[in-house]
Amino acid sequence: MKKEIPLLITAIFGSFMIVDYFVPHPAVSLVGETLQQWAIIVISFSYVLGVANIARINGQKISKRSKDWPFAVPLLIGLAFMLGAGIFGGIGEGTLFNDFFLYAYTPMSGTMFSLLAFFIASAAFRSFRVRTVEAGLLAAAAIIVMLGRVPVGAEIWDKLPAVSDWINNVPQMAAKRAIMIGASLGAISTGLKVILGLERNYLGGE
Amino acid sequence: MLPAPFLNTMAALLTLAVFSFLYKDNPFYKVAEYLFVGVAAGYIVALEYHNVIVPNLWRPLVGGDLKLLVPFVLGVLLFSRFTTNFGWLSRWAIGLMVGTFSGLAIIGFAQGDLVAQVQANMVPLKTQTLLGTFSNWVIFIGLLSSLAYFFFSKEHKGALGATAKLGIWFLMVSFGASYGFTVMSRFSLLIGRLLFLLVDWPASFGFHWLH
Amino acid sequence: MEKFDRRYIFLAILLLVLVPLLFPLGLPIRVSHEVQSAYDAVARVPDGSKVYFAADYDPATMPELHPMALAALDQLFSKNCKVIGACLWPACPPLLEDAFRRIGEERYGKKYGVDFVNLGYKPGNEVAIVSVGRSIRATFPTDFYGTPIDSIEVMKGVDSITGLAILVNISAGYPGTKEWVQQVQSRYHIELVAGCTAVSTPEYYPYFQSGQLVGLIGGMAGAAEYEKLVKRPGTASRGMDAQSLGHLALIAFIVLGNVVYFTSKKKTP
Repeated sequence: MKKEIPLLITAIFGSFMIVDYFVPHPAVSLVGETLQQWAIIVISFSYVLGVANIARINGQKISKRSKDWPFAVPLLIGLAFMLGAGIFGGIGEGTLFNDFFLYAYTPMSGTMFSLLAFFIASAAFRSFRVRTVEAGLLAAAAIIVMLGRVPVGAEIWDKLPAVSDWINNVPQMAAKRAIMIGASLGAISTGLKVILGLERNYLGGE
Repeated sequence: MLPAPFLNTMAALLTLAVFSFLYKDNPFYKVAEYLFVGVAAGYIVALEYHNVIVPNLWRPLVGGDLKLLVPFVLGVLLFSRFTTNFGWLSRWAIGLMVGTFSGLAIIGFAQGDLVAQVQANMVPLKTQTLLGTFSNWVIFIGLLSSLAYFFFSKEHKGALGATAKLGIWFLMVSFGASYGFTVMSRFSLLIGRLLFLLVDWPASFGFHWLH
Repeated sequence: MEKFDRRYIFLAILLLVLVPLLFPLGLPIRVSHEVQSAYDAVARVPDGSKVYFAADYDPATMPELHPMALAALDQLFSKNCKVIGACLWPACPPLLEDAFRRIGEERYGKKYGVDFVNLGYKPGNEVAIVSVGRSIRATFPTDFYGTPIDSIEVMKGVDSITGLAILVNISAGYPGTKEWVQQVQSRYHIELVAGCTAVSTPEYYPYFQSGQLVGLIGGMAGAAEYEKLVKRPGTASRGMDAQSLGHLALIAFIVLGNVVYFTSKKKTP
């Protein structure tokens, strides 16, 4: 029964989400609304589980003196601080929690992602090679769009923004639509396989 | 609230610590990286507590809505994953989440993507302007040829092969456009951080030197 | 090529982005059709209407999305719209709070609870979106600060999303615009304006062409265009000169890299 009950739960919840869409009866809507609220609560617990796992892994790192263990100390201090400040001090504007979100979390998060600008430039120089017709098409489209979407493009050629817009709205859009249609067929079939119990990888091993 | 110069200086130092990775990996960057993970983890749990667990679960449950015992128990059962013998109990909650997402995905992709997008591609093949007519033909041929490329039930030879080849060209144009937009995105993030270092940080000390 | 120290490339990028921030070029910003459509869609909303503001982003994407969130709120508050804001990304509520304070309170003198509300965050991605579409009240029994929703004036008479004039979504990825289109726009046919990162923009053009999106604001360039339309240049407009030089630099690197590659290939048979 270790797999049968979860599969049954999956089938019931999944089927009901589909039935809820097609049957407008108030009783069905009420049950649908209840099940969705339950799902939101369970998903919330899964976030807490994830953080508990991070704390457990890094705690073990420190106790076992694994590689880079000293860096796990600021991780756990930051975690405990934000948790304590948030739960006991509140989360609104002017709180310690809010201050450290805006002036510790925000700059670190923003800067981590801003490093990508340097890496994309480095990769463009070292790896972007126009060896085939297809790669040439890719490069041409990339260059036209890169120039057309910024003010300097119109300074180079006043029609460049219009060409860039046409590429985005016509050939690019058509190909993206094809990908979207293909992906939707895949998502529908995968969803059906999960609900019918044919796809069970999400349950893990024995 | 803590003083703005202190907070902004802390933010600037953390920014520079992360930027130091561009020179080479170093302990300052590593401390910032691990600290970021810890702060983010603490943040999310505090937020879940205030925005979900208390208003959506605890208060209504204590107020008499006993149906909420079901998601409460399922949520607690998720933590059975930490045990060796009872980890299988967490599958009940996983089944709930996966089932709900799968059902909604079927509806969402079917009506929002499949039907609506096929419908939207029924564009008029003759319009009042030459550019409009040409563009609609490009959209029509572009979609069909790109879809032909993804049809793997038959070998790409003859007419299907030629159509798939045309589809590859459309796909390359779309990947090129995506690359261009990706470059724009990355540079925007860098610009944002530099504006903080150049404008917001000095401004917290009263220096408005950049207009 | 493998021996070339990439830190020289990093330095070149840093300088080419830094210089126009210090010495602006003042290149004119041209408004695209998609952003004009977004502005026009919001302009069509009757003054004083209640609108849903779905803020789904985080600090990592702030440089692109926060300026467009500010510009959108500027236009909405200039029309005296009542804004119901909520987030599906956990790191967004404080950013939404910042946007409401700067634009709603400081610029337009609007009052929390009367003219706007920050409902906070809910997890669940598509589940939360469908739940909001059906009943905002059931999904958000309190606001971000824990105040019961029944005691918030702007929420009086509001339940389903169908009762609202327009949905403005600022989205950094998943969950975001795609899920709002799939789960809410296609069910309830509410007008949906989307602002998104430049990375996501290409994949939303099919939604714009089909009419599922009535406006599309893409990346920092889109945010700059929107700032121009609301006549309040901000960080996005400021960054466009640096964006221009950055793009030129990247194109130069692509060309240079290929030149070096093909010439060195010719030399070694």
